Amino acid sequence: MKASIGWLLFAILIFPGLFFTGVLGLIVGWLDRKVSARVQYRVGPPFSQNFNDFFKLLGKETIIVRNGIHSLFVIAPLVALGSTVLIATLVGITLFQWLGVANDFGDLIVIMYLMMVFSVMVILGGSASGNVYSSLGAGREIKLLLADELAFILVCLVAVIKAGYTFRLDAILATQQAQGMFIASPSGAIAFIVGLLCLQAKMTLPPFHISEAETEIVEGPLMEYSGPLLGFWKLSQAMLWVALPFLLIALFLGGFTVEGYGILWSLLKYVGIVVVMILIKNTNPRIRIDTALHFFWKILTPLAFLATILAVLGV
Amino acid sequence: MTENKIPVGPFHPLLEEAEYFELKVEGEMVVDIDMEIGWMHRGHEFISESKAFTQSIYLVERICGICSTSHPLACVHAIEDIDNIEIPMRARYIRTLIGELERVHSHLLWLGLAGHFIGYDTLWMWAWKYREPVLEMFEAISGNRNHYGMMRVGGVAKDVESEKIPHLLQILDEIDRKMEMIAKAAHDDPVLKSRLKGVGVLKKADAIAYCAVGPTARASGLAIDVRKDEPSDAYDLVDFNIVVLPNGDVYDKLVVRLLEIIESNKIIRQCLEQLKTVPGPILNNVKEITPGEGIGRYEAPRGEVFHYIKSDGTNRPVRHKVRAPSYVNIPTFMASCKGIPVADALITLAAVDPCYCCTERALRVVNAGSEHLDLLALSRAKTEQLRREIYGK
Repeated sequence: MKASIGWLLFAILIFPGLFFTGVLGLIVGWLDRKVSARVQYRVGPPFSQNFNDFFKLLGKETIIVRNGIHSLFVIAPLVALGSTVLIATLVGITLFQWLGVANDFGDLIVIMYLMMVFSVMVILGGSASGNVYSSLGAGREIKLLLADELAFILVCLVAVIKAGYTFRLDAILATQQAQGMFIASPSGAIAFIVGLLCLQAKMTLPPFHISEAETEIVEGPLMEYSGPLLGFWKLSQAMLWVALPFLLIALFLGGFTVEGYGILWSLLKYVGIVVVMILIKNTNPRIRIDTALHFFWKILTPLAFLATILAVLGV
Repeated sequence: MTENKIPVGPFHPLLEEAEYFELKVEGEMVVDIDMEIGWMHRGHEFISESKAFTQSIYLVERICGICSTSHPLACVHAIEDIDNIEIPMRARYIRTLIGELERVHSHLLWLGLAGHFIGYDTLWMWAWKYREPVLEMFEAISGNRNHYGMMRVGGVAKDVESEKIPHLLQILDEIDRKMEMIAKAAHDDPVLKSRLKGVGVLKKADAIAYCAVGPTARASGLAIDVRKDEPSDAYDLVDFNIVVLPNGDVYDKLVVRLLEIIESNKIIRQCLEQLKTVPGPILNNVKEITPGEGIGRYEAPRGEVFHYIKSDGTNRPVRHKVRAPSYVNIPTFMASCKGIPVADALITLAAVDPCYCCTERALRVVNAGSEHLDLLALSRAKTEQLRREIYGK
């Protein structure tokens, strides 16, 4: 079934795009802060804190540094937000089967491409600000991208192979609904674990918050950002808390069911992934960039490769 | 590869106080480091020379909020050194008790900050949670959680009543359990180990060359500790070991501090047990200080703190000189921070547990008085210049 332009706009702006993902992302951001706080014997912020932060940033002055590339500095967070919205829309349309209207939008190659666009925008925005910490952070972001990208592509490939060599998310989901979740097989389980750690790196969460390292390079690429532009960065980061776990659920956990008790099961999958990520985040110190490269290239990428071979063998 | 300069400070999340380090980097590698102290000058020595001895003790307590008993203790040691004043036995135990409690809370504070600096906020919060009972003990003993105001020339200000001691021992048991857990956890933690092992090595020869003190020196295999080398107060009456480790990296500095906490707990327990029975006054009334010079040393949590006091027979010091441990520990960065990545250099900066406001005593003013500056006129000129830059007219 083909969707009209109106439906497309609705999908991108309201559900499951900007509005839905943004609101859910900020709520999950609160969950992150609250769980982290409880782990650390703190009280944690009130429910509305992330919304307050975002709207407050919208009202603040935007300072643009004199010795930078102004256009790039402004465009980077907007493009990053745009690519995040598109990832969320593409994954969401497939996952929710878009309220029955259409579900044939999710193409894995496009999603991987958009995820890379986000990282590239972080790099460009950081380099455009002309700040020494930002450029150092941008350099680290490049290295991190080099580290986690291959492992993540291999992880996606496992799902692709198991679904019968198709890059379409809806086909991957349909295969899982017919044969059970991919995570139940050895190759799927390995790929899921590697994928989870890749997400941690893609979202620059501890222990991979190397490019933002507050106590070293003071938020790195985001250092010179202020006001609404910083707000957009924070919003896209919050939206990644929704889009990327959704992607992982679509690839390995058999997607969502939105009928009856299935809703609870779906919710459990999502919250489970998020809580595991928060716990990883809270039990690890920041690793060095060279350690991260070693970790991804010497451990995770071979593991993902192994999973791919297993998937080809049909295990 | 081009050489870049990374400024760390004067205001930077790594530094709780204003300080300036300039890292010269090639890519991520630090090739050279330069440091500039002198942002926190508060004129303690000068103020002290206009105060009576009793007031000076309270003044030097404010040099540092963390080692707020090491400075007064070294100061009273210096004053007592002038006249060889005897200290009552009970006061000696109380002094040692307070000094060791301070070491425990200071090391825990550092552990937390170190966790924060390597992006491990959970360790930060946990360490500070376990620091809380120590502060409770301080409150029970002195009435204050910080700035205890316990030191006096010839003794201490406040007794530890024997009915409080069982309660204090109870809190100490709890701290002991937690510390052993934390020491074991940090000792076995593979993540911490892989992050800190072999990072920012300060070799023994360098530690000697830069005159490092305290845990910084002891982690480099240099067995110096004022408590053992020149025991004052009750340190020759209690049983304890000094912790020395050979490697000189950040991990060893961490382990030295953790093991020192356990040693300190041993001393605290012995002091409390002794205080149950040791009778006597807590303050030897000192009427006057004769002319002369005295030096006082004490092993603060960060290393040896040194006070020099010169008296002319009046009730105030003619000269009061303070040397804090960080003053000699900060230059060790010249040896330990070169040739390592930025991420390692920054935790190495924090690993000596630097305390900048303690360190800065003297400020050299070049060409003072040769030029008359009107601050108001300067400010107006700056505003005018900024206005022209912004609005272009």
